[in-house]
Amino acid sequence: MRRARPRRARVTVCGNEPVGPYRLLRVGRRSLAPGLPGQFFMLGAPGRLLPRPMSLCTVRPRELAFLIDPVGPGSRALCELSVGETLVVFGPLGRGFRLEVERPLLVGGGIGVAPLPYLSEALGRPPAVLGFRSPRHAEAAALVPRAQVVVEPRLVTQALPAGRFDVLACGPEPMLEAVRELAPAAQLAWEAPMACGYGACWGCAVEIDGRLQRLCVEGPVLEALAA
Amino acid sequence: MRLLNGSGCLDALVAPEVARSLDTFVTKTVTPLPREGSPPVRIAETDVGMLNSIGLANPGIEAFVSEALPRLAELGVPIWVSVGGFSDGDYADLCAALDDRLEVEAIELNLSCPNVDEPAGSVGELVIAARGATAKPLYAKLSPAVPSIGALAVEVKEAGADGLTLVNTIRGLSLDARTLRPTLAREFGGLSGPALKPIALAAIFAAYRATGLPIVGLGGVSTGRDVLEFLAAGASSVALGTVLFGDPDAPARIRSELARELESLAVVEADNIRGRAHGGRFAEWLTLDRHLSV
Repeated sequence: MRRARPRRARVTVCGNEPVGPYRLLRVGRRSLAPGLPGQFFMLGAPGRLLPRPMSLCTVRPRELAFLIDPVGPGSRALCELSVGETLVVFGPLGRGFRLEVERPLLVGGGIGVAPLPYLSEALGRPPAVLGFRSPRHAEAAALVPRAQVVVEPRLVTQALPAGRFDVLACGPEPMLEAVRELAPAAQLAWEAPMACGYGACWGCAVEIDGRLQRLCVEGPVLEALAA
Repeated sequence: MRLLNGSGCLDALVAPEVARSLDTFVTKTVTPLPREGSPPVRIAETDVGMLNSIGLANPGIEAFVSEALPRLAELGVPIWVSVGGFSDGDYADLCAALDDRLEVEAIELNLSCPNVDEPAGSVGELVIAARGATAKPLYAKLSPAVPSIGALAVEVKEAGADGLTLVNTIRGLSLDARTLRPTLAREFGGLSGPALKPIALAAIFAAYRATGLPIVGLGGVSTGRDVLEFLAAGASSVALGTVLFGDPDAPARIRSELARELESLAVVEADNIRGRAHGGRFAEWLTLDRHLSV
């Protein structure tokens, strides 16, 4: 599938609702293509120098939505946007999930569930296993169909169903590493701080399998290297 | 007046349309041998700018010349190559490797990366070594974090530099909000963005007065008004850095903003603004105008 051309547009906030401790920021879509699940957009955070990378959570004909965890000054500024305010959005960017899979199983952890609603829709609502650090965080599981939920101290890797699955996962680094131990061929969506999102700064390089990869160009979804 | 990118702030092979929107593309710094660069985390936003410690990640001069340069030439934009080394011999070798390449319009000597060990030898010695190896125009990129940028600019001019690139980032530190440990894996990083603008203006102002050399000014430029100020301080061209990360359309926007600024001053050519901060007829006219309007 050809990658959609990234565009930059000023969009209007049409919704901003709490989902547990997170916010679902909904914006008008304008001419922006949604791209593939796992691709991301750079969202201009009010009052901040650099935009913030957010994977697309849900897509409607006139709307794009992003699930945001207010953890820093940029994400907090985004979570405080009101309906009717505007922000600049740039995307879709990066490499998303490969959708040609036979027996998909979605695995998500914490705010890593963000791209899974769109991914679930694109794959025809496959089963999902989601892990959260508290019952309140686990409220985000409502966004993902057919989700089995575990809350710490139980981990997603203890809840993976038996059998052969094509795993597509997004979550914190230790979770991704643990998932890869169990499912070496998994498609994993990684995260890193980004300045530009389009390959200009090389700031988002992460070391995976001993190689530095720019997550905004080679990722954020990386397939495990052939063993 | 040309609009360029700051070295390190753009990869033209990944974002060719952004490179084409500039008058000149400046490469990321190329070193003698390939470098992976710094481990992650490499960037951190601060309240007044951003820190980076990319660490001069590049394929090395040999692969750059054989693989990247022919592809960069296809952009149709003049190419300046930024080079960085760790000794005068490195600078001589790098310049010699580029000297006969028609694709290269000029060479920028990165003499001031805050993220790698400083090269042995004085800045003047490094420029002399480079000068001996190439006839191409040489621009020396300097740090503003020196006792006298004017004196350094004179040293570099006497060593044979054709121009100056002012300024590079300056060393900064960011601490993680929760752990209070350095955010960047390499601890220190180069500070860029709005915080750098007055520092860059001061360096350009001093270096212009001391040398009169052509100057590529950069450091926190994000509007047409900023470009105007850099030219007035003494820059002959202006480069964009951090602004490109958040706004890849910045070159076109800044051009139209600059056109409006010039129009409001009834100045036809941006080049006519150069050095106006240092006085002369234009400044007198502005002063007179102010007196008249009182």
